[in-house]
Amino acid sequence: MIRVIPCLDVDRGRVVKGVNFIDIRDAGDPVELAARYDAAGADELVFLDITATHEERDTIINLVERTAEEVFIPFTIGGGLRTEDDIRAVLAAGADKISLNSAAVRDPDLVERAAMRFGDQCIVVAIDAKRRADGSGWEVYLAGGRVETGLEAVAWASEAVRRGAGELLVTSMDRDGTQAGFDIDLLAAITDATTVPVIASGGAGTLEHFAQAVTHGHADAVLAASVFHDGVYTVGEVKAAMARDGVAVRR
Amino acid sequence: MTQGAPGPDVALLDYEMSNLRSVGKALERLGARVRVAARPSEAVGCDCIVLPGVGRFGAAMERLSDHGFTGMLRDEAAAGTPVLGICLGLQLLFDESEESPDTPGLGLIGGRVERLRTDRKVPHIGWSEVTWAPGSALAPPDGGPAERTYYFVHSYVCVPTDPGDTLGTAVHGTPFVAAAGRGSVSGLQFHPEKSSTAGLALLGRWLESVRAGMAVTT
Repeated sequence: MIRVIPCLDVDRGRVVKGVNFIDIRDAGDPVELAARYDAAGADELVFLDITATHEERDTIINLVERTAEEVFIPFTIGGGLRTEDDIRAVLAAGADKISLNSAAVRDPDLVERAAMRFGDQCIVVAIDAKRRADGSGWEVYLAGGRVETGLEAVAWASEAVRRGAGELLVTSMDRDGTQAGFDIDLLAAITDATTVPVIASGGAGTLEHFAQAVTHGHADAVLAASVFHDGVYTVGEVKAAMARDGVAVRR
Repeated sequence: MTQGAPGPDVALLDYEMSNLRSVGKALERLGARVRVAARPSEAVGCDCIVLPGVGRFGAAMERLSDHGFTGMLRDEAAAGTPVLGICLGLQLLFDESEESPDTPGLGLIGGRVERLRTDRKVPHIGWSEVTWAPGSALAPPDGGPAERTYYFVHSYVCVPTDPGDTLGTAVHGTPFVAAAGRGSVSGLQFHPEKSSTAGLALLGRWLESVRAGMAVTT
C-alpha cells in the first residue's frame, strides 16, 4: 500500500504554518496535531525541526517523547541531526526513523555509521533537488536552497542507499510550493536507480497529483504539508482519489 | 478503543534491542499494568510477557541470553504463560534465522526465519492487509480491511514447520507469515503499537485472551 504522509514544520517545539482542523484546542501543539492526523488516516508523520540553534534540542526530544506516548503511527524526525548521538537521542525518545539531509552530504560516512548502529530501516536520507539548467540531471541543495553542493541527485541517491539509507525523501525544489504537481521525472529517475522506498515531496496541488507520483514516478509514499495544513484536502480525500486511480491505500 | 478490565500484568522485556516506549504506552492505554523487566527476577509473577525487538537476529539472541531471558522464556512458555513477540521478537521465537546462521533462536515455534524473497522493495516498509486464520483469537471479529491492516518494517520472514502455526498472512509481492503461534506463544511480524486503531484493537484482543486465560492459537 502507498503511504500518505503529512509533514509538520516544528520550530522550538511548536508547529509553524497554519493547520486547519476543526475543533482543535491548540493548533500549535505538534502532539495534538499528530493525533488528529492519525485519526484522519495518515499512514505516517514527518516532523521537520526547523529550529535554528542546537541549544533547543531538548525541546525536540520532549516532543518525540510525548508523541511516542500518544500517537500510534510511525513518525520520522528530521532537521538539525548532525551526529550519531543526536540520532540515538531521538530514537531512544521514541521516534521510529530519523531523516538526514545536510549532515549526510557533509559527512556521507554518518549514513553508514548510523545504519550500522541503528539499522537501515530507521535511516532516511532527504534530498532537496533542482533541475540543472544544462540538462545534466538535478543539483542537490542544502539549507533550503541556499547552498549548492555540486552533487547530482540521482548519483547522490544511489550513494546514500549504498551507504545504508533505508529510505529516501525526495523533494523537488522546482515544484515545492508551486502546487504544480510532483516532479515525475526526478522521482522516476531516482526510483529506477535505487532499491529502497522513495517518499515523493514537493508540488502537490490537486488530488490527481498524488496518484501520478506513484503511477508515473514510482514513489512508495507521498508527502505533503500545506495542502493538508491549509485544509485544501483531507488525508481521506487524497486516499479516495488515489484509490480511484488504481493506487492501493489503507482506508 | 478497546478498554477491558484493569490488568493483566505484562512483563515487557528490556534487553536493549528495541524502543520499549511505544509498546509500553500502547499496552497501558489498553489497561494493562506494564513492568519493564531487564532481568528475569523483575518479571516474576507476571500474567504474560511481551518480547519486542528491532535489529539483527544474532545480536538480539546474544542480548537476550546476557539478560538471562532465554531460559526464562522457555520455562514460561512450557508453563503456559502467554508470550507475544513483536517484529524481531516474533522471529526470535523460531529455531534459527538466515540472518545469523550460527545463532540458534528460542525454538518455541518450529521453523526458520528467511530473507524476504520478492520482486518488491526490501525492507518491506509500510501497511499491509493481513488475512487471519479462521478462528484465531487475534483476528478482528468484523470490520473493513482497515481493521486488518498493520504497519510492517522488516527484511526477513518466518517459515513455520507446521503450517498450522501460521495465524495470519500478508502479501509483499509474495505471501509471507504475518503472525504465528503455538500453544501460549504467539508473535506478530508487524508493529501493532504503530498500527493506529487496528493495532491497538489487536493488542486489546491479545490482552483479553490473557485475561480469559486461554491460549492464543487456532
